[in-house]
This record gives sequence, C-alpha cells and structure tokens, in this order.
Amino acid sequence: MKSNITLIILGMSVVTYIPRHLPFIISERVSFPPILKSFLSYVPIAALGALIFPDAFLALEGYPLASAMGVAAAGILSYTQKNIFITVAGSITITYLALNFLAR
Amino acid sequence: MNHNYHIREGIKQGIPVALGYIPIAITFGVLSKAANVTIGEAFLFSSMVYAGASQFMAINMILLGSGFTQIIIATFLLNLRHFLMSASLSQRIEVSNSRLLPFISFGVTDEAFSIASSRDGAVTSAFFMALHLTIYFSWIIATVLGYLIGEILPPSLSSSMVVGLYAMFIAILIPQMKSSGRACFLVLLSGLINTTIKTNNLLPKGWDIVTTISIVSLIGVILEGQVNRREEKDEI
Repeated sequence: MKSNITLIILGMSVVTYIPRHLPFIISERVSFPPILKSFLSYVPIAALGALIFPDAFLALEGYPLASAMGVAAAGILSYTQKNIFITVAGSITITYLALNFLAR
Repeated sequence: MNHNYHIREGIKQGIPVALGYIPIAITFGVLSKAANVTIGEAFLFSSMVYAGASQFMAINMILLGSGFTQIIIATFLLNLRHFLMSASLSQRIEVSNSRLLPFISFGVTDEAFSIASSRDGAVTSAFFMALHLTIYFSWIIATVLGYLIGEILPPSLSSSMVVGLYAMFIAILIPQMKSSGRACFLVLLSGLINTTIKTNNLLPKGWDIVTTISIVSLIGVILEGQVNRREEKDEI
C-alpha cells in the first residue's frame, strides 16, 4: 500500500509536468504563426477572469459575504493605488474583520 | 547588476503568493497526516507534483480507495490548463540559457504565470526563476510544517490569507482593465462563461477552465482582427 502512494506521486508528477513543459519544447523548435501568437497573448487575461470568477466568491465556505467583501476591497484598493502588497494586505484585513465581526 | 535586479524583483513579486500558499500548504500537510500518508510522501507530493488542487484531490481519492489510473487521469485533466499557460509564457519569456527551460516550465502555476505574463517589463529567466523558487519553497516548507505542527494559524486568519491570493489576481487584472476596454470585456466574459460552466456542471473538472480560456482568447483574436480591418479601411 505504501509503495502505491509513491507510485501515484510519480505518475501525477509526470502527467502534471508534460503539459507544463511540452509547449516550451515546441516553441523552441518552431516559431508560432502570428494568429497563434495573438491567441496566446489573450490567455493571461482569459485565465485571470476564469481564476477569479466564481472561485474568489466561493473561497470561504459558508461565508459568502466575507469573501465578497475581501474581493470588493481588493477591487477598490487596486483601482485606487498600484502597490500589490497594500491590495493583498487590505483585502486580508477586511476579510478577517468580516469573518470575525460580521454575522453571516 | 541587471541580473540581480531581476532576481530581487522576482523574489519581491513572489512574496504575496508565498504568503498565500502558507495556509493552503499547511492544510495539505495536516490532511496528508490524517490520511496516513507519511511525511516523506507529503514532501514528495508538494515538491514533485507541485499543483495544489490536484494534491488535495489525490489525497481525497486515496481515502476513497480510487485506483491509480483514475487518480492519474483526474490529475492530468485538472492540470491541463497549464498547457495553455506555458504556451503563452513561452512567447513572452526571454530565456538566456535553454538548459534552464525544464526548471522554468516546472514553475508554471496559476500564480507564477499570472504575475510573469502581466509584468510590464521584460520577463527574464532570472526573474521567473526567482519568482518560482520563492513560491515553491514556501509551498514545500509549509507542507512539512503543517504535517509536523498541525494548524498553527487561527482558522479565520488562514481563510483570509486564501482570499489574499484572489486579491493578488485582482491587483494584477485591474490596471489592465483600466487601460483597455477590450481587456475589460474579455475578463468579464471569461468570468461569465466559467461561472456558467461550473455552476451548471456543464463540463468535467479541468475542461471547464481550459474551454473558457480557449473561447475567450479566440474572441480576443477575432475582436483584434476586426479592429485591424477597420483601421485599414480608414487608411484607404
């Protein structure tokens, strides 16, 4: 049973690493056509949109209001100033306060 | 000098993620112990697989008695989104030494990818490796700490720190949305499509985000093409 888990870890690391590494091998050998480059240039914002919605609002199970407040705080802070540390620290603080002092 | 600057920047930008990973990795360590996984195996999970959601999924599947093949296929699907991220990053990163590539690609997580590809300046391999290693070590160390000491952080603080990771994503996005109407539209569209797919369980886990990213990026290309065509017409 124990060796089984090691085997699972090995298998998982292989199937996780292949999608991570394969594109780098391909792009080293061939240069991508402009339309593909254009497509890939939109992947970051498309990914960020999908990483935030809906998961950010579901981050705290049972406390949707607190996560919504943390998200809103991050939105306001990053809109008004540029320092990521302030945005992250502010959002954590608001979420913490909401969790501790607000009813659900 | 320039090299050192990129390393410093990478570390600096990795710190919010490193902090956000701590409570998650601690929970992973605690869960591993509860599932009778040894500390060595928990360490290998975090250092070799290095993909949070799939590690949690694997522990749950092991507890449920799922077979090897089932776990591997589920992991593959859940982590398939990195393929798109690596492809995108491969066009952006300036790799000075191709021997570094295997290590750079290993560091492609949602967070490292988002930070690197949204960076204003050059994404050098020094920057990316510094960013990656800052995040990576935090993930591994906190996994081991969680296994050894248990939940050390108060629950409401660790939950808030997880929200902090999303705050970081938002902090990366807002400046881009402010400066481009198209970016604004695409982000909201992406959120709408992903939320629709997820809440209605339209696609299996993993395919949801891959499909969303593909559709939205394609729409980005189409919009760009239309704008270019209109500009060409104006010039004539």
